[in-house]
Amino acid sequence: MATPERPLSPHLQVYRWQIQMATSILHRATGIVLSFGALIIAAGLLALMLGAEHWSCFTGIVGAWYGKLFMFAWTWCFAYHLCNGVRHVVQDFGYGFSIPAFKRSSWLSVIGSLVITALIWAYVLGTGGAA
Amino acid sequence: MNRYRTPLKNVRGLGAAKTGTEHFVLQRLTATALVFLCIWFLVFVLGLIGADYVTATAAIARPWNAILMVGFLVATFWHAQIGLQVILEDYVHNTLLALALQVSVKFIAVLGAIVSVFAVARIALGN
Repeated sequence: MATPERPLSPHLQVYRWQIQMATSILHRATGIVLSFGALIIAAGLLALMLGAEHWSCFTGIVGAWYGKLFMFAWTWCFAYHLCNGVRHVVQDFGYGFSIPAFKRSSWLSVIGSLVITALIWAYVLGTGGAA
Repeated sequence: MNRYRTPLKNVRGLGAAKTGTEHFVLQRLTATALVFLCIWFLVFVLGLIGADYVTATAAIARPWNAILMVGFLVATFWHAQIGLQVILEDYVHNTLLALALQVSVKFIAVLGAIVSVFAVARIALGN
């Protein structure tokens, strides 16, 4: 069957950026990062089971600069997905669907996640750092 | 046959389709469990900063920690698989590629859950 060039429905690039779009996209993106994070947790537990030398190898990778960088990004992904996840569950119960409420809760997720990340890392750096 | 049924009657309970909402419901259920389990996990990991090998294994071996850790792991891999499935359904339109990715995600999620739960059980029950 011939498929002539048909106009497609408008895609993301034609919309002015809004906070609601950003929070929705970020929820999925952080979810993907957290899925990889789950595999790292599994690897850590496996290393802990296998013995001290495997564990020190694991903590060596986590403690390296790229490990710490990932841990920091991971912390924010976790904090954001948690805040926005709670927001989604609240919305599933039918609350906060007016546009101003939607915008307010979106910003609350973003700012809340940054505050949680800052608090966690303030604690981590306060205890000596090597996570 | 359904002529005298009101629309409300058709959607009550599980709705006209009877099934199909399990996916949605499970995503929310695992999410609700994870709100609490993730906060516990975070506190647990933060408490182990700077801990050596023996301290870390002893902490996981404590019964409540082992139980909560297994709950956290099962809920995490379950929730991750459901979420990734939705993302793949939305963005991967090539049937074969979508099938391969969906199967891979399921296998990896189940494998990750089995390996990590086994590791916790082995640590908890004496390495």
